[in-house]
Amino acid sequence: MKKSILSILLVILVTPLFAQRYMTKAGQVSFYSDAPLEKIEALNKQVNCAMDTESGLFVVKILMRSFVFEKALMQEHFNEEYVESDKYPNATFKGKIVNLKDIKFSSPGAYPATIEGDLTIHGKTRPVKVKGVFTVTNDGIIARARFYLKIGDYGISIPGAVTGKIAEKVEITPDIYLKPLK
Amino acid sequence: MKQIIFVIILTLLSNSPLFSQDSLMSLFDSPPQAIYTQATFKTTRVVLGQSVENPGKGNLIFVIQHHFGYVNKGAYDFFGLDQATIRLGYEYGITDWLMVGIGRSSYGKIYDGNIKMKILRQSSGKKNLPFSVSYFGSIGINTLRLPDKTINYYFTNRLVYLNQILVARKLTPGISLQISPSLVHRNLVETPLDDNNIWALGAGGRSKISKHTSFNAEYFYVFSKQTASEFHNTFSVGFDVETGGHVFQMYVSNSQGITGQNFIPGTTGNWLTGDILIGFNLTRTFVLNKPKDFKK
Repeated sequence: MKKSILSILLVILVTPLFAQRYMTKAGQVSFYSDAPLEKIEALNKQVNCAMDTESGLFVVKILMRSFVFEKALMQEHFNEEYVESDKYPNATFKGKIVNLKDIKFSSPGAYPATIEGDLTIHGKTRPVKVKGVFTVTNDGIIARARFYLKIGDYGISIPGAVTGKIAEKVEITPDIYLKPLK
Repeated sequence: MKQIIFVIILTLLSNSPLFSQDSLMSLFDSPPQAIYTQATFKTTRVVLGQSVENPGKGNLIFVIQHHFGYVNKGAYDFFGLDQATIRLGYEYGITDWLMVGIGRSSYGKIYDGNIKMKILRQSSGKKNLPFSVSYFGSIGINTLRLPDKTINYYFTNRLVYLNQILVARKLTPGISLQISPSLVHRNLVETPLDDNNIWALGAGGRSKISKHTSFNAEYFYVFSKQTASEFHNTFSVGFDVETGGHVFQMYVSNSQGITGQNFIPGTTGNWLTGDILIGFNLTRTFVLNKPKDFKK
């Protein structure tokens, strides 16, 4: 009996080391559209992201309104006419780290990672696969990646008058610093 | 042995994904925030009159406003296209809620300086407010040559003021309405019978036709009796077309004047007799002061 209590205690003590959650509400995601006539850049510094290093679950939630553009009018058009942030306030990503066993979240270093999951923007959900790097530090984990999205996949159309000003494919660059959740 | 199995089972259980994606997502739940309505109108004007919109902070809008002559002038004047009145203006957003502007109209050779302040913003969520309120004030300086050289004029004789309270509501993503109580004050009028103060009420709105185009209409009703008996109320209808960062407005109106000081008390055209003209506003936005994250 003593032994079993001891083993239960051991399991409880050891478990938190595996089931570690990390999160932030101030991650950064930028996007860049490089069209022949105009380059559009936007930055969001209020990105929600959480990760469970034990199961490899990785989720992101972005308030579309928090994207800041260089031109105020562009920001307005982005929200009003393209992503329709009144109707679809958030973009979400629900994914899982594919190569979880290659990443040692306990020892500092840079680990290439692949995350697969469902990305929902403008009410449309598409499977995506993103390759990036996890940099494990003593204080937390930095998730960085760069990938491309076809905006047509998410039901966002570019009107004839602005072709040449908005690219079909936009570059998405997450740079998210996650801290352990206590 | 029993104990070992027990430990293994327990360990397996504790290692199973305790947190689903949805429970991870719930970490992001936060108390509701005030959501401010944006883009009640596409640009700083409904048609001729001011809207509740301001240029963004650090943004400079260059505006070219152009009116042709009345279409009922016939083929000799190429249906009004031979004549033109024009206003060139700049509008700058010092902050997101404060705009200053300058302009010059060919009609009356008027220079104008103006200011627009957002007082209240329509919002939902934590803070619920059903409409936006702005103040627009403008001083016009008439620089026409003096009609009678024998009379001693003062500089202040040339000043015309416009004060407006703009109250707007975005009813749906596509439909917005605005009312604009207005007061025009002229320091000098032609005869003792003319009004120095002219009260008027503007009402306007827009309805989106597509994501990038809207139909706009605007009417200014003049209350001051003497002015109302000699002049017409201003009615303008047109379209806003947004072309990737810039807004083009095209309309028909019965007013030759372009600024509020001109068109509220002085519209001579009558829609019923075909005194209507084609006008357009061209805007181009320049970012003078970039948001801090974009400063290289």
